[in-house]
Amino acid sequence: MSRLRSLLTDRLVLGLLVLAALVLGMPALKPLFAAAFPALDRPLYEADGFLALTLDHLALAGGASLIAVLLGGAAGIAVTRPFGREFRGILDAVAAMGQTFPPVAVLAVSVPVLGFGPAPALIALTLYGLLPIVENTVAGLESVPEPVREAARGMGMGPGALLWRVELPLAAPVILAGVRTAAVVNLGTAAIASTVGAKTLGLPIIVGLNGSNPAYVIQGAVIVAALAVVLDAGFDRLAARLTRWRPGTD
Amino acid sequence: MIAFEGVTKRFGAWTAVDSLSLTVAAGEFRVLIGPSGSGKSTVLRMMNRLIAPDAGTIRVEGEDIARLKPETLRRRMGYVIQNIGLFPHWTVERNIAAVPDLLGWPKARVRDRVTELLALLNLDPERYRGAYPHELSGGQQQRVGVARALAAEPQILLMDEPFSALDPITRGALQAEMAGIHKATGTTVVFVTHDMDEALALASRIAVLDRGRLVQSGTPLDILTDPADDRVRDLVGREDWGLKRLAVETVAERLRPGETAPGEPLAAGASLRQALAAMVARGTDRLPVADGQGRPVGTLHLADLLRGPDRS
Repeated sequence: MSRLRSLLTDRLVLGLLVLAALVLGMPALKPLFAAAFPALDRPLYEADGFLALTLDHLALAGGASLIAVLLGGAAGIAVTRPFGREFRGILDAVAAMGQTFPPVAVLAVSVPVLGFGPAPALIALTLYGLLPIVENTVAGLESVPEPVREAARGMGMGPGALLWRVELPLAAPVILAGVRTAAVVNLGTAAIASTVGAKTLGLPIIVGLNGSNPAYVIQGAVIVAALAVVLDAGFDRLAARLTRWRPGTD
Repeated sequence: MIAFEGVTKRFGAWTAVDSLSLTVAAGEFRVLIGPSGSGKSTVLRMMNRLIAPDAGTIRVEGEDIARLKPETLRRRMGYVIQNIGLFPHWTVERNIAAVPDLLGWPKARVRDRVTELLALLNLDPERYRGAYPHELSGGQQQRVGVARALAAEPQILLMDEPFSALDPITRGALQAEMAGIHKATGTTVVFVTHDMDEALALASRIAVLDRGRLVQSGTPLDILTDPADDRVRDLVGREDWGLKRLAVETVAERLRPGETAPGEPLAAGASLRQALAAMVARGTDRLPVADGQGRPVGTLHLADLLRGPDRS
């Protein structure tokens, strides 16, 4: 009984339930929107299914985040190794510069180069997501205490074992915070990516804004909001798992 | 077991170790002592190739270590540092199992070894094996650090000022445990310290270093009674030399067998310094002495403390 109760009060579980209900049950809310916006001819966005839009949205934001984690993580690891130390300054400068661009600007700049469609959106989101991940990877790896490194080397761990068994697990909470920032930004920015022709949950929002249809805007926005809640709760859960060894978390 | 032949190490313009030749015999408890900048830690860290020498040869069991893979060499040696360096994200058990895991020991053997080592270091295995390092006191953490270094039964244990960050009581307890472990396992220990009392208490042989050179090498008694020069005299202390001198010899060595005296008996393994303290405390010049099983074996007289050592 208490298990069911804790399941129902869990933010992640609740968020997932609400998300599923919204994505699959949006057509059922048509009478509600019709009642709320009687002036509208079409109170429900029906050009695309919400499930398809959500999956495309997730594929874009998730794909960009994943590529950013792989590239940003690799770059962060490389500049903290002896062979890559010289590139640390360049990477820092690029990261700092990139951070000053708002994501919308990155999108706007990438369209003339790459044209419309999901490709420029994917690249723009990846580039923007890289920055927090690189910075946090470097910061996380540098926060590993020197005595821990020395003990690991002294007992015969090679560079690979040191990285995978010691440095990355210890840096993981900080790296995860960077991934979280990137993922949250990407989730929001993926909606704006509909302006450059990517099919995402931003589509009903933009169509609604252009056609003065607030119902469309709400329908797209609530699903993005539910996604954000689920993402946030998911990262919380993951962060708790990765920091179980820390003082005060048990 | 370990032999340095003309080893030199420079850091920029600074010569940390200057054509040093030194041998550490198998089973020895060798203490390297010297002031800051004497090169003692550098010498230790060259033994497991954390630092590479600029010139000279270091052999371990006759093998030139420059030809060995550093990881292979290090897995054969235990390494304990002042800052402990436990892996904070691993339990005590996994920390201790680190080297056996690298060597691919079977799980059951690793588990038994962890239990054995926790018991050896006076940590209740059931209570501590699942604990994380932050849940332990400094002394307990260093006990785990020593256990981790001993885990894969290394022939050589390297210790870099392992107890100098601990409070005096914990330090004393760990020194006593370390002496016991050395006696029980016969592991060759190389131990760096700047504390002469610690060196005299633990060493079977001491190497005194200064500015990267070997000043003197000998038993604690040699170092005390026949210091090579003023630097060594400074290290062994001028004011409390007498007490240090008493600390390196046991009651058994000055015993008058067969005699008896009244009072609580002193252990034959106690140091002469402890015996003197007991005499002062009890206001007597004669103490009964008992062996490990508590059987009386003779007496110790104050006058016998004042004699020079039997060096026959």
